[in-house]
Amino acid sequence: MYTDLVMDHFSNPRNVGEVDDPDGAGQIGNPVCGDVMRMTIKVDDDRITDVKFKTFGCGAAVATSSMVTEMVMGKTLDEAAEISNRAVAEALGGLPAQKMHCSNLAADALHLAIEDYLTKAGRAGDVAKVLGKKA
Amino acid sequence: MRTVYFDHAATTAVDPRVFAEMEPYFVERYGNPSEIHRLGREAREAVDKARAQVAAALGAADKEIVFTSGGTEADNMALSGFLSRLEPGHLIVSAIEHPAVMETARYLMRQNWEVTFAAVDSNGVVDIDAYAAAFRDDTRLVSIMFANNVVGTIEPIRELARIAHEHGAAFHTDAVQAVGAVPIDVADLGVDLLSLSGHKLYGPKGIGALYIKRGTRVAPILHGGGHERRLRSGTENVPGMVGLGAALELAVAELPSQRPRLEALRDRLAQGFRSSIEDTVYLGHPTERLPGNVCISVRFIEGESMVLQLDGKGIAVASGSACASGSLEPSHVILGMGYAAEEAHGSVRLTLGHENTDADVDYFLEVFPPIVARLREMSPLYVKR
Repeated sequence: MYTDLVMDHFSNPRNVGEVDDPDGAGQIGNPVCGDVMRMTIKVDDDRITDVKFKTFGCGAAVATSSMVTEMVMGKTLDEAAEISNRAVAEALGGLPAQKMHCSNLAADALHLAIEDYLTKAGRAGDVAKVLGKKA
Repeated sequence: MRTVYFDHAATTAVDPRVFAEMEPYFVERYGNPSEIHRLGREAREAVDKARAQVAAALGAADKEIVFTSGGTEADNMALSGFLSRLEPGHLIVSAIEHPAVMETARYLMRQNWEVTFAAVDSNGVVDIDAYAAAFRDDTRLVSIMFANNVVGTIEPIRELARIAHEHGAAFHTDAVQAVGAVPIDVADLGVDLLSLSGHKLYGPKGIGALYIKRGTRVAPILHGGGHERRLRSGTENVPGMVGLGAALELAVAELPSQRPRLEALRDRLAQGFRSSIEDTVYLGHPTERLPGNVCISVRFIEGESMVLQLDGKGIAVASGSACASGSLEPSHVILGMGYAAEEAHGSVRLTLGHENTDADVDYFLEVFPPIVARLREMSPLYVKR
């Protein structure tokens, strides 16, 4: 049911944990639904220099979290903002249909971390510009 | 890599002795039991023998056994076949039934039957007082499982059936998980209908049976050539019937040795599990449970992750989490026992069987704690004590 790449990211997840003294943190999901994802980031000159995740959830939840950390490491905030949940699933070679909604929220968690960073940096006004949505 | 199968509640391997009995009925003795020529008669004799074996295992008469395609069909026949002859009224099922009963009850609701889903306590045992109070003048049938497939709790069937009869209702039990695992005598239990399945007791898939107590009227749900004394049309699955008969005979013969062996393995597994891992909940009844069932919720982590990690170590288990179930809902059984969704998501079900040994339990207890530690390390919910 899972691709080899999903199983690889699940079995050998990249960037697990919390970055020290994070510049931004984002958490999404709900234990009642069975998935909670937390992303912490370090940002330098609007570039993500470090990112780590912690995830409670199924194989897809862990794999998408791991994958998104690989996809955004070293990217600018604008580039990171463009990564969608769907793009993460595609990068993993696809997810089973029933996992697409419940367990595929890693990019959303990352975007919350970026929003948190911008807000803390006194740049709440940039949230809409960077993430393409209202703060 | 070592392989350990702890998922016997899902299915079992066919016992080689059972397979040997079945084998001639595919290529050599392939006759249709409805025909009077030699090949047909040979097949008919095999079907008769299998029926006698099933009946003997349950303490029933041969004529009280109808072969079906499995537990699901037997459950459908017990509910729909029994009730379709009657004016719509009231039906009671437990809140923790297998989907084969639960969804049939929901189907009957759409046919204007009213259904009470009888509540269970935190151990998964039907609340007798609430159950007794649920009966109405038009309650026609009760369907309560003998033993639960997720948490292994064994229900007080004899008492539940007695109460149903006091209220003039018939009683069906889905005994798919229990037959072959614990002693069952239909007369002693006092049930009117009982479902069983071949592949849960080291027999083949695609075969099951419904016990219909003499005098209990059931209408067929499959129509056709009038096989199985007009109750279940369709050319007989002769190898399947032979397999079910042989498997059930073996299961009953070996039950006195297997049951205490499995109970000892089960208890050692459960105790080892709980002593090596903090923050767990042992789900199901502490003693009134199936000999091979261990169901435990591990806090802060999710069931499918545990299933996949264990699979990576060669150990096959199941979970009641939403993800592992393939639906988006966590186990209705664990929720029905009053636990939160988190506990259902974090559940793992280990079901032991005939080929499991102490070495399998040791291997599990060796590899599982590091898996839990790793997943908890990864969990944003985990709070170290």
